[in-house]
Amino acid sequence: MDILQYTAVELAECIRHRKIGTVEALEAVWQRIDAEEAKWNCYITVEREKALKRAATLQRRIEAGEQIGPFAGVPFAVKDNLCTKGIRTTCGSRMLEQFVPTYSAAAVERLEAAGAVIIGKTNMDEFAMGSTTETSYFGVTHNPCDPACVPGGSSGGSAAAVAAGECFAALGTDTGGSVRQPASHCGVVGLKPTYGTVSRYGLVSYASSMDQIGPLGRDVRDCAAILDVIAGRDDRDATSVDRGEQTGFKAALRQDVEGMRIGVPADYFTEGLQPGVRKAVQDAAEVFRANGAVVEYFDLGLTQYVVPAYYTIAAAEASSNLERFDGIKYGYRAQDIGTLHALYQKTRSEGFGAEVKRRILLGTFVLSTGYYDAYYLKAQRVRTRIRRAFDEAFANYDVLLGPVAPTTAPRLGESLSDPLQMYLQDIYTISANLTGMPAISVPCGTDEKGLPVGLQLMGDRLAEGTLLRAAYTYEQAVKTERERNVSDKERG
Amino acid sequence: MANVYETVIGLEVHVELATQTKIFCGCSTAFGGAPNTHTCPVCTGMPGTLPVLNRQVVEHAIAVGLATNCSIAAHCRFDRKNYFYPDNPQNYQISQLYQPICRDGYVEIDVQTPEGDRRDAAETDNRKRVRIHEIHMEEDAGKLIHDGESGRSLVDYNRAGVPLIEIVSEPDMRSAEEVIAYLEKLRTTIQYLGASDCKLQEGSMRADVNLSVREVGVQTLGTRTEMKNLNSFHAIRNAIAGERERQIRLLEAGEQVVQETRRWDDAKGVSYSMRSKEDAQDYRYFPEPDLAPLHIDDTWIAQIRARQPELREARMERYQRTYALPMYDIRLLTDSKQLSDLFEETVACGAQPKKVSNWLMGEALRLLRERDMDPEEICFTPEHLAALIGLVEQKEITNTVAKEVFAVMFTQGVDPRRYVEENGLKTLQDADALRRVAAQVLADNPQSVADYRNGKEKAISFLVGQTMKAMKGQADPLKVREILQSML
Repeated sequence: MDILQYTAVELAECIRHRKIGTVEALEAVWQRIDAEEAKWNCYITVEREKALKRAATLQRRIEAGEQIGPFAGVPFAVKDNLCTKGIRTTCGSRMLEQFVPTYSAAAVERLEAAGAVIIGKTNMDEFAMGSTTETSYFGVTHNPCDPACVPGGSSGGSAAAVAAGECFAALGTDTGGSVRQPASHCGVVGLKPTYGTVSRYGLVSYASSMDQIGPLGRDVRDCAAILDVIAGRDDRDATSVDRGEQTGFKAALRQDVEGMRIGVPADYFTEGLQPGVRKAVQDAAEVFRANGAVVEYFDLGLTQYVVPAYYTIAAAEASSNLERFDGIKYGYRAQDIGTLHALYQKTRSEGFGAEVKRRILLGTFVLSTGYYDAYYLKAQRVRTRIRRAFDEAFANYDVLLGPVAPTTAPRLGESLSDPLQMYLQDIYTISANLTGMPAISVPCGTDEKGLPVGLQLMGDRLAEGTLLRAAYTYEQAVKTERERNVSDKERG
Repeated sequence: MANVYETVIGLEVHVELATQTKIFCGCSTAFGGAPNTHTCPVCTGMPGTLPVLNRQVVEHAIAVGLATNCSIAAHCRFDRKNYFYPDNPQNYQISQLYQPICRDGYVEIDVQTPEGDRRDAAETDNRKRVRIHEIHMEEDAGKLIHDGESGRSLVDYNRAGVPLIEIVSEPDMRSAEEVIAYLEKLRTTIQYLGASDCKLQEGSMRADVNLSVREVGVQTLGTRTEMKNLNSFHAIRNAIAGERERQIRLLEAGEQVVQETRRWDDAKGVSYSMRSKEDAQDYRYFPEPDLAPLHIDDTWIAQIRARQPELREARMERYQRTYALPMYDIRLLTDSKQLSDLFEETVACGAQPKKVSNWLMGEALRLLRERDMDPEEICFTPEHLAALIGLVEQKEITNTVAKEVFAVMFTQGVDPRRYVEENGLKTLQDADALRRVAAQVLADNPQSVADYRNGKEKAISFLVGQTMKAMKGQADPLKVREILQSML
């Protein structure tokens, strides 16, 4: 069968048993990239030589009988805001067009230690600010499900690459839904772990208190297996959590939701939700019910405050995090400048795109003297209230269920003209970032136009085990054609 | 009719903490490396890097807080201070604004004759309390080097991320003397704690002076200015006098003092306006999201308290009790922890305390001053100083020789016994040889001999001196006098 039909875990299995060679797997991906990349523009940088060298080395080690790691020889894509030693890391920005880090992100190190072959850096909204991958300095990425549509964002390149078969799995980052929403729009699985589960070291910060790295894959098992690899306490990130025994997410996958209490926030099914999305998500809830879960609709509350609180805090943190890009030390520097002030002004005016500038201005404003209390502090208080509302919900439910986004993938060019409308699209995903809880997007059918719809499941903080079990059970219950074929053949 | 003004002063003192590594990364804090050699992706603000707090910094800050009677916050956190400048790699400094680690402390200073009004600060006899508003932790910035020839500016990030504490006093000081007494107090306390070497000249202790004036009797504070670039006690004293005068001149002329930051030029003896309150930047402080809030429990504080070394005041009392030294000696010795440690170690080697004190306060301090050295640069060991004192006591060498030997010990750290031996410096005990030299001196100085015989007792001193000179100091002057007397 076509190598590209395998999930990452399946491919790793084949490579381990020497049914497929690492170079062979890599070449299958190259062929797909050669044939289709021009159509999708998933990647900012493709690293053929390095990847080939590494794949060949891994193959020799596998043949020598070495135990390498769970993803030995599996081609992975990495979002371009995760630093990769010796490979340029642009964050989708002109500001870092030529920036080559001397260090790798902790998550990248861990992935490589598990044997992964990093084949390239994926396109993204500039500095992860956007929901469409259209704010990238390196052009838009097209949705492999419909080239006239955006792939979502900000990890749109990673989601599209997985969907298009231009890699087996990818890393993305999720500050307000940036893993889950593109996964939803491209029909793949995307997981945002509990804040602190994956070290942020080497992730170029957007909003430090909400940024979290997560996997995008073909199925829940891939995401769980990748999380097993990238999760772990890291001394280089003071916000990283030591979860001790709480790993082994892949091993926790069981098809069993018997008696599981699933809460569905009724607030999520009000106006603005596309009918096709509503139907797909409500059908998914019924699947849980049919499999023995207790499904209840309830009032979560505070939903209308989520977007303003998020954009206030995220912009505040971003305005400070992006101060380091000044043309002095690295990155873009404007030419023909006379004074230090002009150097800053011109460099940042030319180096950043419109959406980044909008958020820097917004963040600068909300932190300014006289506005700090009214905006930033108030948003933090709202954040505490939202967290409390979710804590109460998780006192009653094991998992919360809802849509990932109010609509399926918008058409190219539709979103950026009205930023406020674009921000409102994040309404369902943002809470997981404000509260730190884990959430996953799993495909749950298509809308009227045949575009993929994502089901969002949210778990309590540190409860990925339960969350993944719910997602896995659902996925198994509604297994898509492709997956059935692959696993049937594999077992057969 | 001239009004009488009093000066109101509060200080912001930055102290560089004596840690091996920087506050948020593992880079060395050592002074003087080649530019950008003590740097890493974290302290140069590379994308994706994160700060991790150095525990030692917190412990030093707590130790200083305890020694200055502060309450230690059970919860504190860091904040970002945002401003663009190339010496600041992230363009924000990680500091503490909203929840500093220490608050509401005080130190007591000895004050001279009271001057002006002191109702603000509690005071007993000639002791005065200077209240400490807060102590917070923060990171230092890098250094800009302006190359005049090429017109370029270069940045050295070796200092970026070096840990600092800022000690903010209340406006409790009324004179330069009080300011210096306060700074001396902080300096010795922090040095005794081992939290910093506190060298003003090298910048490991820096003071910004907030100063206002008001007519005596007025309760409200006047408009203050902040003065920077004060890197010696001398500069601080001059700057205070200069700024006081400037403000009084303004007020007397019916003008107003503008709240601003001023830079003191000590060479010219004038200050310049750096920026006014209107130009002041909006630092947009907000809680540092990359660092978790810091919880300091009582156990941790108790551990640090238990480890707290003896501070200067306690040591002074102990010296009075144990060594019966004059207060003058005790003050001088304990002014430097190094010197007083050396004193105690030498006494522990068996030397008599007052003799040790005399050597340290006399010859040692004289040589230090002469060479512009600090006590920590002393290279002789307590054993050697004790041995030297022993040699004098046992009359093996004379005082003159001992000073000569001490000077060599001071620079080269030699063993005095061996040095005396190898250079033949022992006091000559051979009476016959002494008599021969004395006879020669008497023969060479008939006038003095005659004077003595005519009743001029003093003439013998000259003859003793001449004999000692001929003996190259290697004789006991009492014995020489005795022999001369017997021969005359």
